Amino acid sequence: MRFMLLFSRQGKLRLQKWYTATAERDKKKMVRELMQVVLARKPKMCSFLEWRDLKIVYKRYASLYFCCAVEEQDNELITLEVIHRFVELLDKYFGSVCELDIIFNFEKAYFILDEFLMGGEIQDTSKKSVLKAIEQADLLQEVRVCDSLNWCPCAVHFSMPTTNKCERVSSVICVCLSSACLSQEDESPRSVLEEMGLA
Amino acid sequence: MSDVVEKTLTALPSLLSLDSQPGAGKLSSTSKLGQFIRNITELTSKHEEEKLIKKELAVIKDQVSSPYTTMRQMRELMVRSMYCEMLGYEASFAYIHAIKLAQQGTVLEKRAGYLAVSLFLNENHELLLLLVNTVLKDLQSTNIIEVCMALTVVSQIFPKDMIPAVLPLVEEKLSHPKEIIRRKAVLALYKFYLIAPNQVQHIHGKFRKALCDKDPGVMTSSLHIYLQMIQESPDSYKDLVGSFVTILRQVVGGKLPLDFNYHSIPAPWLQMQLLRILSLLGREDQSTSETMYDVLNESLRRAEMNHNITYAILYECVKAIYTIHPKAELLEKAAKCIGNFVLSPKINLKYLGLKALTYVVQHDASLALQHQMTIIECLDHSDLLIKRETLELLFRITNAQNVTVIVERILSFLRLCNDDYTIIDLVGKVAELAEKYAPDNEWFIQTMTVVFSLGGDLMPPDIPSSFLRLLAEGSQSEVDDRQLKVYAVNSYLSVLNDDCSHLPQRFLQVISWVLGEYSYLREGLDQEEVILLLKKLLDQRGVSAETRSWVLSALTKLCRGSGRAELALAVAESLSSTLDTVLRQQGHELRHLIQDGSLHARVLPQPAPANSLEVDSSLSFLDGFVSDALAAGAAPYKPPHQRQEELGQQRAPTLEPYALSLPMSLSSCTVTDRQSPSVLSMSSGLSANSTEPSQRAGVATLMLEGVKRVWGKEGYLPQRDTSETPATVEEPSDVVQSSHQQVVIDISQPEPEPEPPQLDKKQQLASSLFVGLGSQNSACLLGKTEATVPRFRRKPHLNDASSSGTSERSSDSSHSSHSTADSFLYGGLLEEEPATPIQSSRHAPQPIAASGSCEARQHGLTVNGVDENRGGAVVCAKEEKRAHPTQLIESDMVRVRPNALAEGAVVPPQNCSRHLPSTSSCGSDSEVLKLPFELQNLPHSDIISLISDSHLCISCCRVFREDALLIVLFLSNSTEMVLCDVALELSCEELQMGSLRGNVMESMAGRTSSVCHYTVFMERPHTHVPFTGTVSYQTQPGHKHTLHFSGKLTTADFIRPLVLSTEEYGKLWLSFSHDVKQNLRLLTDAGDPLIATLNVLKDCLQLHIVDIIGSEGIVACRLLDGAPCLMHCRVHGASLAVWLRSSLSSFPDCLLYHCQRALQEH
Repeated sequence: MRFMLLFSRQGKLRLQKWYTATAERDKKKMVRELMQVVLARKPKMCSFLEWRDLKIVYKRYASLYFCCAVEEQDNELITLEVIHRFVELLDKYFGSVCELDIIFNFEKAYFILDEFLMGGEIQDTSKKSVLKAIEQADLLQEVRVCDSLNWCPCAVHFSMPTTNKCERVSSVICVCLSSACLSQEDESPRSVLEEMGLA
Repeated sequence: MSDVVEKTLTALPSLLSLDSQPGAGKLSSTSKLGQFIRNITELTSKHEEEKLIKKELAVIKDQVSSPYTTMRQMRELMVRSMYCEMLGYEASFAYIHAIKLAQQGTVLEKRAGYLAVSLFLNENHELLLLLVNTVLKDLQSTNIIEVCMALTVVSQIFPKDMIPAVLPLVEEKLSHPKEIIRRKAVLALYKFYLIAPNQVQHIHGKFRKALCDKDPGVMTSSLHIYLQMIQESPDSYKDLVGSFVTILRQVVGGKLPLDFNYHSIPAPWLQMQLLRILSLLGREDQSTSETMYDVLNESLRRAEMNHNITYAILYECVKAIYTIHPKAELLEKAAKCIGNFVLSPKINLKYLGLKALTYVVQHDASLALQHQMTIIECLDHSDLLIKRETLELLFRITNAQNVTVIVERILSFLRLCNDDYTIIDLVGKVAELAEKYAPDNEWFIQTMTVVFSLGGDLMPPDIPSSFLRLLAEGSQSEVDDRQLKVYAVNSYLSVLNDDCSHLPQRFLQVISWVLGEYSYLREGLDQEEVILLLKKLLDQRGVSAETRSWVLSALTKLCRGSGRAELALAVAESLSSTLDTVLRQQGHELRHLIQDGSLHARVLPQPAPANSLEVDSSLSFLDGFVSDALAAGAAPYKPPHQRQEELGQQRAPTLEPYALSLPMSLSSCTVTDRQSPSVLSMSSGLSANSTEPSQRAGVATLMLEGVKRVWGKEGYLPQRDTSETPATVEEPSDVVQSSHQQVVIDISQPEPEPEPPQLDKKQQLASSLFVGLGSQNSACLLGKTEATVPRFRRKPHLNDASSSGTSERSSDSSHSSHSTADSFLYGGLLEEEPATPIQSSRHAPQPIAASGSCEARQHGLTVNGVDENRGGAVVCAKEEKRAHPTQLIESDMVRVRPNALAEGAVVPPQNCSRHLPSTSSCGSDSEVLKLPFELQNLPHSDIISLISDSHLCISCCRVFREDALLIVLFLSNSTEMVLCDVALELSCEELQMGSLRGNVMESMAGRTSSVCHYTVFMERPHTHVPFTGTVSYQTQPGHKHTLHFSGKLTTADFIRPLVLSTEEYGKLWLSFSHDVKQNLRLLTDAGDPLIATLNVLKDCLQLHIVDIIGSEGIVACRLLDGAPCLMHCRVHGASLAVWLRSSLSSFPDCLLYHCQRALQEH
């Protein structure tokens, strides 16, 4: 895969990921042109597109267009499924994802994408393990939040992803594991959780 | 514990209110990013947005550089600047801070920092160097998440030069206990492999380990690397076929954990990857293909669900089936699948079906026939992509009968098309079809006119130049040529008479050249009129300087005669004050030529002599000047790519190093402009051998007619009358059992009443489009192959043999008449007669010639020396020629190679001469050493005597089979006694011994000989490989004799020519990493030094000369049928600068060594 773009129906770029070295100026030009081409297509048309020397595979989900550029010999259908899987991941993570989620949490979307695709190739085909990896990292993020509160130096504070995003905050559970925390400083939090039998 | 929990619960509310960040989705208004984004979305005008972002950026910039900003704040700032960048506003001040954040932050800030870096910078950014240390540190971290982040960023952006720094650490991660790390490490290595394959070559063994990893995810990731590597050299991975098949079988059988299912299909990505790998491995390899038939069948069978993902797998499966060695049963199923795709109402599937059809139609054109109605419907589809793909399909099935219809279709598509890439592609295709299948001159010129005006200035320059070349060189028939030229002149005159302001420059150039060159051919045409038209063109605004220069040179050709001279003189005058120096010079020259009629006639003779213009591309006439300048202290000229090399900026200096780059404008600068078309044509002639666009080469193989159809099978061979369309389409309906059947029936059984006219039209179109295909089968069966002959067959270039290289000549000779073949063969022999007697005997076309002449010659050798032996050789050759005329014809295909390199080591000359009489006396007793019949036609060395004692005489001959070296050992019993228990053993440490035959005999009668062969392979090149052997035998029971012998083989024995086109060469060249450069001696004794030197190398080492362009030559060979080695030679002063590249590290060195020896010994 050469690159992936997410843009809105209004032609606003929401996410871009380039897997081959491209000059900044070319990127901008390509994004602009490609958005025009894709937005001009009618809904009944083919999801594929030959554009420049690339093959473009795009799909629209609500108001967002997901658009991948692949090589000539790549399989278009499977690229559509790559897009679909990414959407599924976003959906699972944010809980029925909408464009606003991606706008406001675009860095999260990037993290998910990085966990899903690496160097332009699909890295993990299992939905569960992608999300697990993301959650591990998120977890860490929130451990630090607790740290900064100086409430308990060894607090592990983690959130379980739920399907309802509103409930997410409320599902915060705080557990203090002073001994476990200190002895396993270097271990990833996952192992701590595993010990608790929660993961 | 309870109080801890209590404390926790009491703290919860405050925590919740503060910590809004992780609550994904809704950001509170207190978040600066949220506020910022909201502000932006509220704005209406672009201008306001710009203002706001500028302000925001200023704030960020201010805060970022403040020393009081904490890392946490910094992370927030980075996210904001990422957002600004995404909106298209540069935030370059933040780059360094992003790196700092990745460096210094704790894990969560690091993650943001790395993300920012990967979004801000690209691979070539210099700031990335600052990141290397951070990445190194994180790779060594004990925290899995940090390692993950580092691996991600490494695979995302990493400077190529810095790969060696992190490589050991990444490699180490391949054996990390956590599978996620292993997986990421494999993918990072894959990325490294893509950008710098030579850096990761040494860890191929570890890739195998990854392939065998117990975690399916890691294994899947490793397949990316394997796919790449197998694409490059499928032969090296044949041993893995079994494993891939097993993996695929397990996956298809649902043996993977459910986690890997995607919409209840087991690991589709993995399946597709495997299918691709298998198709690469099975291509043109029957035995490998056979191992995968079962699993392919299974995949086809399992993928029956109606979901995109199964269709994706099916598509790969079909492609694989058509790529590997064919199997009728699978082909049938695959054809059925394609039918399902094509007939599907879903547009995406239809497109894929067309794509598959385009791929398959090369193998089996009848499939297109089956779907002709669908194809015709797709031709008028509203989606351009479908239309485009259909045209691609039609392009592949074009033949002489349907070319007009298809080209018309493509051109009408082109008229509506406004995408540059499509135009360039299609214009090239039309030009190619027109040249190949044009039914008549008129049509050809008209089509090319449309091509030129539609293609415009986007058109690749080789289209006009090959068109002009075609006109200039013509075909075999004079009358035809003349007609073509006259027709071109006529149509271009009418083009010029119309408004020509919109015509592209390239077309104007073509027009002016044709008019200048051929307008005299048209009778009754007043040349003044032509001049006036050209003059009008010259005055027209919007005509580029280059075109003007073309027009002017056309004028120069036309200006003879009084009235015309005045017109031309006026033009020349008007140009005398132009600012363009080239034009001014041309005007000046024009004036001179007009005034001096005889000079004009000499410079520009009226019927331009075709092919007689020779362009001295080496500019040898400047040699004097150059040497003077050098003597005066000037620096020697270095060609651009060498200069680049020396700067060491790039490993591969240019992407297309072998194209002759004569800028067209350069050719039109001087009076010798008459040559401009031939310069053009020459350069394109060269590039026809070299860098002609790939489609040309690709399509040459796609000519369907007359090609032996490997893929045909019983079911498809029967001809179908193309006019009976319904019957043809109906055919698949009995196999299509799904909902598509409805569609089939709709098409196949049309009700004639409701829409007869439209249907009629379609039927008509069908019969005109598919006309060639139906008859093609019969043509093929009847053996009628003439139909494929391209209409414009180019004349063979007689006078540029020097540039086209010897390879062409030798292939010519096999076709040419008997006598020329002989004269070539023997002419070559005489010239290359080496000085030493021994070697001369090795040049004989058949080492064991008629015994008499052989003997005579060998006596001559030992007694009389060089002169005699030349005579002897000729006699021998002539006699043999008389004796075996039929054999001779074969023998010019049989390679006989001189062994200048090896035999000195095998047997010292004296030794040989001492034994020769005895052998020949042996021979006179009707006992001549002769290669076994099946080996006689293979290239081989002479038979040389290795050792002998009073009983047994051992000789050796090396037979150069394409894939191995055969060491043939002759044991001849020179006594009358019977020798018992003869056993022969040969050993060699460095080589792989293959089969052997005949090395043990119970008894050997007197005066007989026996033959024993060893097949040896060389996998790693060694300069010299010693081998030793023993023969033991018993004269009487108990009297055991042993003979030890030894010899040396060299890499040269294992080198085989690698025949490939210049274009393939170019591709290969870039893919190799091991290179060696050195200067070799240039042979200056005869003719062109480069050609002479290369020929010597070719003869000694069996290299294949791919192409010679000016002072550069490219040569290719390979180690048996394995690793290739490419050699690029350039004449550089008095030496030959060679540059070798190969995929094997020691191969270039080895080859270089042998080249040096070959040249020394010459």
